[in-house]
Amino acid sequence: MSKTLFDKVWDAHVVRSIEGGPDVLFIDRHLIHEVTSPVAFLGLKTRGIPVLYPERTFATADHNTPTINQHLPVADPLSANQLKALEENAGAYGIRHWGLGHQKNGIVHVVGPENGITQPGATIVCGDSHTSTHGAFGAIAFGIGTSEVEMVLSTQCIMQPKPKKMRINITGSLSKGVTPKDVALFIISKLTTSGATGYFVEYAGEVFESMSMEGRMTVCNLSIEMGARGGMIAPDETTFNYIKGREFTPKGEAWDKAMAYWQTLKTDADATFDKEFTYDGSSIEPMITYGTNPGMGMGISNNIPTAQELDGGVATYEKSLNYMGFHEGESMIGKKVDYVFVGSCTNGRIEDFRAFASIVKGKKKADDVTVWLVPGSHVVEAQIKEEGLLDVLTEAGFSLRQPGCSACLAMNDDKVPAGKYAVSTSNRNFEGRQGPGARTMLASPLVAAAAAVTGVVTDPRTLIQ
Amino acid sequence: MAYDKFTVLKSTAVPLPIENVDTDQIIPARFLKATERVGFGDNLFRDWRYNPDNTPKADFVLNNPVYSGKILVGGKNFGSGSSREHAAWAIYDYGFRCVVSSFFADIFRNNCLNIGVLPVQVSAEFLEKIFNAIFANPQTELEINLSEQTITLLATGESESFDISSYKKDNMSNGFDDIDYLQNIKGEIQEFASKLPF
Repeated sequence: MSKTLFDKVWDAHVVRSIEGGPDVLFIDRHLIHEVTSPVAFLGLKTRGIPVLYPERTFATADHNTPTINQHLPVADPLSANQLKALEENAGAYGIRHWGLGHQKNGIVHVVGPENGITQPGATIVCGDSHTSTHGAFGAIAFGIGTSEVEMVLSTQCIMQPKPKKMRINITGSLSKGVTPKDVALFIISKLTTSGATGYFVEYAGEVFESMSMEGRMTVCNLSIEMGARGGMIAPDETTFNYIKGREFTPKGEAWDKAMAYWQTLKTDADATFDKEFTYDGSSIEPMITYGTNPGMGMGISNNIPTAQELDGGVATYEKSLNYMGFHEGESMIGKKVDYVFVGSCTNGRIEDFRAFASIVKGKKKADDVTVWLVPGSHVVEAQIKEEGLLDVLTEAGFSLRQPGCSACLAMNDDKVPAGKYAVSTSNRNFEGRQGPGARTMLASPLVAAAAAVTGVVTDPRTLIQ
Repeated sequence: MAYDKFTVLKSTAVPLPIENVDTDQIIPARFLKATERVGFGDNLFRDWRYNPDNTPKADFVLNNPVYSGKILVGGKNFGSGSSREHAAWAIYDYGFRCVVSSFFADIFRNNCLNIGVLPVQVSAEFLEKIFNAIFANPQTELEINLSEQTITLLATGESESFDISSYKKDNMSNGFDDIDYLQNIKGEIQEFASKLPF
């Protein structure tokens, strides 16, 4: 029977199917961090059960870490306590731990791929909704709750009904100044934040085929923002070239064996999806959000839609515009920007900093904008220095912070003050997401760079040399 | 994590007719720093519920003594966003045992089922009826019967059935969780793992 990529990976991991219930799904790789794991470990202790396969779990500290002076003790006692709990739990159960200061430390969804933990055909979970990132490699990867973290620690399985299948095709090619982030924000603006709830998405078509691995990660990362459990892209030469030689990828004979399997991981020609959408890549322009969920996005040269143009949800839309201090029908271009954040599991990889640097090179940071440039990992931080990007950034008046989730969810000190406007490369513009009262506009690193040098929302295409 | 068995719940309800209520609103990230599962109810809907100086916002429904009960009724796409189970804990800890909406985000729904909060998905029309009934009379009672899989507006007798897998229904009615189930098939899991070709 013909199968989709998703079917192939899912079916290969079903330990048993429960009638009238979920599948028991075996998990190859489990990523944990300090925020959603402590209660899971507490559960293990209470039940008196061990971790079944400690070598399949990888721990890193990211959500709650400072982005300056990481060599000093963490000042916030609650944050310090969570970081200590992660270290102690990892130690007690024999789990690999990349804590603060470790050379492999960084955001869980950045370090997974970076170290070859993320591989095609694998099932990967983490107590973080943006686990969907790893689907870029043809893996089934999704976020889970803390009870499920405990399940995976104790049995390496979770219990999930098999989601429905959706395919999103983007044909053609992207225009100048249009990045993978724009592709993702475009799709979410079409589908809304609940448009893919209950589905697992496969991204297909020329735009994704010609996209870099890091770009694919950005797109898959944002799958959760349209409600999807996860998104995936069939592995190809781009994938194999990216993962070859990384620490945890197979070597020698094991590589050849893995490759033979990985090359079968594509949707059969006659396989069917429950839902399918197709868009023309050349119709996408740089995107920006105007509201308080990621579905409220538009091409940067457009005007905020009016209530009349909406298909329901007017009360929520009005609440949203009121929070943002925006008005229906107005343009976003020229709006004052107070903060710019480049980083997060969505856009904290080297390509994102290359894109940012390409715009700010030879220009100066706008005086009254605070800019936080936060690499996704120490590896990315090192790359920024090695490639000479740090010099470009420094000359333009910017400085680099240390790795972590930072102002994406503002669990650490990197909070945008109430009422202030931020252009952010992160994944969520929810009310208060970047700090109580903060107003977030989601955009690509190019749009962020344009805002950082002009101090206002600017179409990056006007600045591309 | 053991929780109270869920059989039949008869209660008044708290209405929150907002769409796309995300988990960052249910429990903002800055309250996720605990290492134990206690006390999250105090910060449920923190920024909608309190001013920056910690005084209650009079216009938020949880601060309105007219509305109370063990059922929270929310708008479409309830629980979108983060996978933080803390959102479900906060709802449970505050005293809710059931959330009613016309549409739930996936991970939030799972999290609720795993910790003993029953997510009841109703039609958009029935949700509207529930909201109207509660606004007309805050003493309006709802009855949620898990074994029958029905939700009823007691004043009028209007009722709708809701979906839940027989496995989850069993768990909720008995206060079991998935870990209890998985622990019992550990041998089968280990055998499966030993045969994985990759």
